[in-house]
Amino acid sequence: MENSRKENKIVLTMRHINKNFPGVVALQDVDFTLRAGEIHALMGENGAGKSTLIKVLTGVEEFETGEIKIDGMPHSIINKSPQEAQANGISTVYQEVNLCPNLSVAENLFIGREPKKFGAIDWKTMNKKSKEVLGSLDIDIDVTKTLDNYSIAIQQMIAIARAVDMSAKVLILDEPTSSLDDGEVEKLFTLMRKLKAQGVGIIFVTHFLEQVYEVCDRITVLRNGALVGEFEVEKLPRVRLVAEMMGKDFDDLAAIKKSGEEKKKKSEEVVIDARKLYHAGTIKPFDIQIHKGEVIGLTGLLGSGRSELARAIYGADKADGGDLFVKGQKLLIGAPIDAMQAGMAYLPENRKEEGIIADLSVRENIIIALQAKKGIFKQLSRKEQEEFTDKYIELLQIKTANREVPIKQLSGGNQQKVILGRWLLTNPDFIILDEPTRGIDIGTKTEIQKLVLRLAGEGMAVMFISSEIEEMLRTCSRMAVLRDGWKVGELGEEELSQEGVMKAIAGGGSDE
Amino acid sequence: MSNAKKTLRKLTEYKLFLPFLCLALVLLINVIKTPTFFAITINNGVFYGYIIDVINRASELVILAVGMTLVVAASGGTDISVGAVSALAGAVCCFVLSGGEQSVNEYHAPYILGVLAAMAIGIICGAWNGFLVAKMKIQPMVATLILFTAGRGIAQLITDGQMIYVRVDHFKKLGAFIDGVPLPTPVFAAIFVVIVTMLLLKKTALGLYIQTVGINAKAARLVGLNSTMIQFLTYTYCGLCAGIAGLIITSRVYSIDANNAGLNMELDAILAVALGGNSLGGGKFSLAGSVIGAYTIQALTTTLYAMGVSADQIPVYKAIVVVIIVSLQSPELLKIWKNIKKKFGNDGARKKVA
Repeated sequence: MENSRKENKIVLTMRHINKNFPGVVALQDVDFTLRAGEIHALMGENGAGKSTLIKVLTGVEEFETGEIKIDGMPHSIINKSPQEAQANGISTVYQEVNLCPNLSVAENLFIGREPKKFGAIDWKTMNKKSKEVLGSLDIDIDVTKTLDNYSIAIQQMIAIARAVDMSAKVLILDEPTSSLDDGEVEKLFTLMRKLKAQGVGIIFVTHFLEQVYEVCDRITVLRNGALVGEFEVEKLPRVRLVAEMMGKDFDDLAAIKKSGEEKKKKSEEVVIDARKLYHAGTIKPFDIQIHKGEVIGLTGLLGSGRSELARAIYGADKADGGDLFVKGQKLLIGAPIDAMQAGMAYLPENRKEEGIIADLSVRENIIIALQAKKGIFKQLSRKEQEEFTDKYIELLQIKTANREVPIKQLSGGNQQKVILGRWLLTNPDFIILDEPTRGIDIGTKTEIQKLVLRLAGEGMAVMFISSEIEEMLRTCSRMAVLRDGWKVGELGEEELSQEGVMKAIAGGGSDE
Repeated sequence: MSNAKKTLRKLTEYKLFLPFLCLALVLLINVIKTPTFFAITINNGVFYGYIIDVINRASELVILAVGMTLVVAASGGTDISVGAVSALAGAVCCFVLSGGEQSVNEYHAPYILGVLAAMAIGIICGAWNGFLVAKMKIQPMVATLILFTAGRGIAQLITDGQMIYVRVDHFKKLGAFIDGVPLPTPVFAAIFVVIVTMLLLKKTALGLYIQTVGINAKAARLVGLNSTMIQFLTYTYCGLCAGIAGLIITSRVYSIDANNAGLNMELDAILAVALGGNSLGGGKFSLAGSVIGAYTIQALTTTLYAMGVSADQIPVYKAIVVVIIVSLQSPELLKIWKNIKKKFGNDGARKKVA
């Protein structure tokens, strides 16, 4: 990693970039420099301007003033579209893989530039070339199978292979690791290092600090649309990085639990009692009891049935059998509305697809669940709606120009807060939070974790699902462990340690 | 920025600005080409004139556009059966009132029964469409294609392949004038449907529900909405609108011609929704936009007639104008325009610095 550092030539410079959105300065005089053969982390809280900077660079958004220069081009460039950016040597791979799941791997690699023979696609050459391209990156898969045969991780690597094969100067990876498990992340890193050795400049956007320190050479930090600085990784300790990102002394995450702990008195009142509940194909029959005022964590590997267990309780996937008792009353759930009427709330894992109603305003997004609960004829008055909205904008410190802004214009963290507000407004007894902090900056993460503990302190039962064990340890008072669709055990307060959880997830002795 | 500029900017940002602009443009051309366009004369106590004609003739289209708007918003698809359904509803109405005979000079059943039968058949057809789209998850275009083709056939079955005439003065009133009222009755029918729909949307949470379902059906379900039911309801409502439109169409000619009643009106209705600035992909919608769109289309047709364009050439001119109007509202064009403006704006700024 330490090899060629300073002598590396610069492949990309961005100077004095300015960009305004209506009412908000998105980027203010931002500089960014990328060298060949380096992995450069772009960091900042939500709304710091990371995404905007990437969008400006790749031509998704226009910028007002500033200059972008690419190595080998005499003039500064302005990309008007991602295609143009690609032609100029800048490729992006997003968190959500932008490929076609129903086409073969080879087709995905060569879509739009298929090798032709007599005017028709030359399948043989295409498949052969695909194998070569993937082979050079140590990805060994059947290229004639359709993409949806492969995991997200592999799909992402294919997207990267495609990007690199098309233009190899600058590769942008926007939150590539958020939906990968540890092993997959490691594979991705190997791939990144390989590309780095080939001289590709990689911009790595992520929220995971550990990953930055594992794989990056430099870090550029943005805050509130302005440049904080460019740092070399080894000269910037973690705590200082966080401080730079947040612009204030870091509110130590470890301190949260202590403040919450004294409130955590065990209540005997059972809110949710599931018996032999299951959903065919995703979650095997499970029993679970959740008490008033406790935070129960669901842990397990990706695909172990964490989310599915929660979905079966809420009725997001209708349970195929078993009984559910809410506060001692048997409840038949046909659709989520039944669960809501019984006092449940559910913040889904996939914010974009199942959470936000993109074109509707912050106000409408907040009141929609309460409105649905009240029914179509009892419309909340405009005044009530505005009061509720203002209350939660204030309470959750949602950063928005005003309450009528479409939610899609908010940053990820603020969107998540809006959805949290939506559910808190319904005043639930039991709330399921599925990956509430995914893709969210540390500051907001801490806020959400604190909120979870406060809600539990006020008597709400909380189900917390997260792939970050640390986060779970900080917030949960008990954990249920899942493996391959089975609920395999529970960990009490005294067993909650990183090691204990890991062991439980792996299943003592089951792995050779 | 001067005050005038500010007002102008505010005006252009108003979401119905473009639909209104298009309508105004069409009307403006009229004034230039046909100076008498806005002239209104009074004959036998009722108003006559091109503009009255536009408002009158547009009524069925306005009613259909209202239903279509909701369908588009909730399902991101269109109901292409409304023309056929209105013919079917008209046929049922005439059949009930004539007692199955080909031509009658007095009602064979109470008028209200005919009206209710037409509305009921509209609702049934709409519910059928809704069932296919919302419950069976068939693509809207395909689902409504069934009644689009079968609707007129069923109507022919009912009328036994003949035209049915109801030569009763009372029957003609819905499509013409009520004694002592100077404006044509269809105008009131259209206004009534629009107002009732607006009240439904504003006074209940229906408007919010429809938009939510149209934008993100998955999320809608998770926040407790019954997406299936809401889509079903919009199709049913659209069918009811088609039924009402069918009543007006039949009343105008006091007869039903199942082959031609409401022919191609589904296309105009869809166009009205688009002209109103609504996305045919569903989600956020403006009912007022669609209504303006409907009047724009009718104004255009009447204009062309007034200019002496023959009926068989009208579609060509209509197509040209529609292309212009639709591209005026296209965001791509707006982008190009902004780019041009920015170029000039930047030049100006640079000159100032220099």
